[in-house]
Amino acid sequence: MGITDWIEIGRMDELGRMDTPAHRIDARAKAIVTLAFIVVVMSFPCHEISALTPFLLYPIVLLSLGRIPLRYILRKILIAAPFALVIGILNPFIDRQPLSVIGPFVVTGGWVSFVSIMFRFILTVGAALTLVACTGMYRLGAGLEKIGVPRVFVVQLLFLYRYLFVVSNEAVTMMRSAALRSAGRSLSFRVYISMISHLLLRSMDRADRVYRAMIARGFDGEVRVLRQSAFHWPDAIFVCGCLILFLLARIWNIADGLGQLLAGGVL
Amino acid sequence: MHMADALISPVVGGTLWVVSGGLIAFCARKVKQTLRDNLVPMMGVLGAFIFAAQMINFSIPGTGSSGHLGGGLILTVLIGPYAAFLVIASVLTVQAFFFADGGLLALGCNIFNLGFFPAFVAYPLIYRVIAKNQHGTSRAWVAALVAAVVGLQLGAFSVVLETKASGISELPFGAFVLMMLPIHLAIGVVEGLATATVISFVARARPEALPTAPASGASVSLRPVLIGLAITTVIIGGVVSWFASTHPDGLEWSMAKVSGKEELESPGAGIHESLAKVQEKTAFLPDYGFKFTEAAPETAASAEHAAAPETEPWPAVNAGTSVAGIVGGLMTLVLACLVGFVFRTRSIQSAHGQG
Amino acid sequence: MSHHVVEVRDLSFAYPDGTEALKEISFRIEHGEAVAIVGANGAGKSTILLHLNGYLPITHGIIRIGDVLLTRETAALARQAVGMVFQNPDDQLFMPTVAEDVAFGPLNAGLPPDQIESRVTSALERVRMLHVRERPPYRLSAGEKRSVAIATVLAMAPDILVMDEPSSNLDPRARRRLIDLLRSFEHTKIIATHDLELVVEVCSRVIVLDNGAVVADGQASDILSDESLMLAHGLERPHILGHIHPH
Repeated sequence: MGITDWIEIGRMDELGRMDTPAHRIDARAKAIVTLAFIVVVMSFPCHEISALTPFLLYPIVLLSLGRIPLRYILRKILIAAPFALVIGILNPFIDRQPLSVIGPFVVTGGWVSFVSIMFRFILTVGAALTLVACTGMYRLGAGLEKIGVPRVFVVQLLFLYRYLFVVSNEAVTMMRSAALRSAGRSLSFRVYISMISHLLLRSMDRADRVYRAMIARGFDGEVRVLRQSAFHWPDAIFVCGCLILFLLARIWNIADGLGQLLAGGVL
Repeated sequence: MHMADALISPVVGGTLWVVSGGLIAFCARKVKQTLRDNLVPMMGVLGAFIFAAQMINFSIPGTGSSGHLGGGLILTVLIGPYAAFLVIASVLTVQAFFFADGGLLALGCNIFNLGFFPAFVAYPLIYRVIAKNQHGTSRAWVAALVAAVVGLQLGAFSVVLETKASGISELPFGAFVLMMLPIHLAIGVVEGLATATVISFVARARPEALPTAPASGASVSLRPVLIGLAITTVIIGGVVSWFASTHPDGLEWSMAKVSGKEELESPGAGIHESLAKVQEKTAFLPDYGFKFTEAAPETAASAEHAAAPETEPWPAVNAGTSVAGIVGGLMTLVLACLVGFVFRTRSIQSAHGQG
Repeated sequence: MSHHVVEVRDLSFAYPDGTEALKEISFRIEHGEAVAIVGANGAGKSTILLHLNGYLPITHGIIRIGDVLLTRETAALARQAVGMVFQNPDDQLFMPTVAEDVAFGPLNAGLPPDQIESRVTSALERVRMLHVRERPPYRLSAGEKRSVAIATVLAMAPDILVMDEPSSNLDPRARRRLIDLLRSFEHTKIIATHDLELVVEVCSRVIVLDNGAVVADGQASDILSDESLMLAHGLERPHILGHIHPH
């Protein structure tokens, strides 16, 4: 996390509010398909690589329909990579059972599973980012509530998202003013604590003021909303179509089949 | 210590989704019952605060690295476990959505690891017991330190268990524990110090914001928590045993892997088995297959060949390593990009057509 | 519109930490009046406003909104008559979209959906912000935020508009629009502000507070041009009056 992340979230928010064929698909439909996608991808055995490649189609098609810059999503995936990388990179050192030889290189099980992990990482993270970029937080929240997520939690998500922009701005201002007076040194624990504490107090005061504004308009503990979103036929077709494709790609290794076909033709 | 989707099996991820989802529903009901209307904006803004606070890093002296606040314990002290759990869950959800921090499949795990332990274990069983709501005293300092350390240790241990149960990372259990726990011991100490200092600051500046009397609404009855823990244990236990039963040869397989390390001195049976399999898979391109038969003792390979095919251990050596797989995979990638390009142009065209 | 009078009598208030914020305040505002409450920081302006909304408990004195005596029990009723526009629009606009924010009050009042829709549309039309209805509030400019904040209150059809520093953070053009907007409202208006030029243009009456007490209450032009009075209470005479009442 850093200041750049905060700018990023604004960008993501902008993308999420566009109006494209991908954005017009019902949020519930996209949420369900995304979950199914991740579960199917993760259900492959841990040395699988080629059978995973057809799954790239889903995020790529949706991102293209949504006119989301691919490079932007790729960069976000890279930024998120370290944890999977750190745990996954140990696989080649632990599992050194050779599986194959390509030219002068011996491919071990560990390397294969490492590549598989990283590929799955790209797929699952890509799918999640695709969902948000093609839906936006607001539509997503409304969709989650329709699926059955408790209202209290959805309201919490939307409130958090709303004030994220306000409180982050305060944090950025504080950091900037601290940086101006610290001659390039990073924050000491003491300064850090005092910043956090003040940020917390300000946030609590803000919460009080928001509460005041809420009860001034008749708030009684229940956040009521007026939302109309219907699940249309195209949404249902989208869900069914995607699920069937995922299932087919799970059962048959499409990439391998394609390769066999090609290799067969060549030889 | 956000877990990533790529390291989690659907069964483990799904189980923890159910557990965390249940906890969210339970907490949502509890929060509604508290009748503290101002909790709604307070929770929202505090969630934003945690998010923003995690953007601020401080330098850890002498290490060259930097740290930031987790915030679970602070939240729990401020607004009680139920509301705090919801706030942590919402922060992790937004982080998963927008920063790919964690991931969707792992979200259940992350909410459980980072939310359940501080809110329902570290706070009620340690912080409240030691601090006795005397914020800003030395008791409270000790309480925050111990609670933060224990909470994070449990969370880190839980990460290890979930990763191991998923079986995707090959890291041995002991090594993983040895890697995770000391790191999180340090993080826990920092978190504890930060929590204690911030709470005592709030206690001085806004004493009314903190629960003072133990009888105030923030008290937690331990029963639902203990029941929750019991259910979780049963579920996780169930998952692990299910996992073990679908892969009865898991242990055998890991033994083979350990022996695989000594492959150079004495080639074990496991290697021949897999080599044979590879050979079988790659046979349609003779060049590659030939190299293998040279490399491995022929008799052993062919002997294993007959027995191997159908009873392969679960991380099956498969087409992923075969040339067909590589060619086909590359082809699919190219196709995917082409399809994406076509869709993009069409989407842009249709937008222009409308406008 | 019914006869909506705001009457404050002998109102005193001390915060829990002992700070005496209001001392025996009394005033009466008639239907349709536009009244400015001015005073230096900490004079007690915000405390009065919070009282008018029933947010702070009344410990001493009485407040009457129309026929309703303000108490804990009647606070909800009073809030329907008194529309409160807070100083910081970011505190007031908390819903994900402008339209939902404007609908928040009417929804809480339990209006049927079609009426809510027409309330939202007419309130946004009134402040000329219909074009941002589907936008999230944090994406608006300061001036737009302010206008939408006013719309959220208008949608509740209040008789009395109470505003805390409505012109703060606005650029000159947005401020001009706000003043025109305020002048167009027929509601009873109570405005707490430091912007004395705005007072000259919008309000007919001024109440000067200092240290929690009313030190002057009368015709806006008289009070604002009284230089010694203004200076004595940490204010200044608006320059705009220079040409109207040369001394």
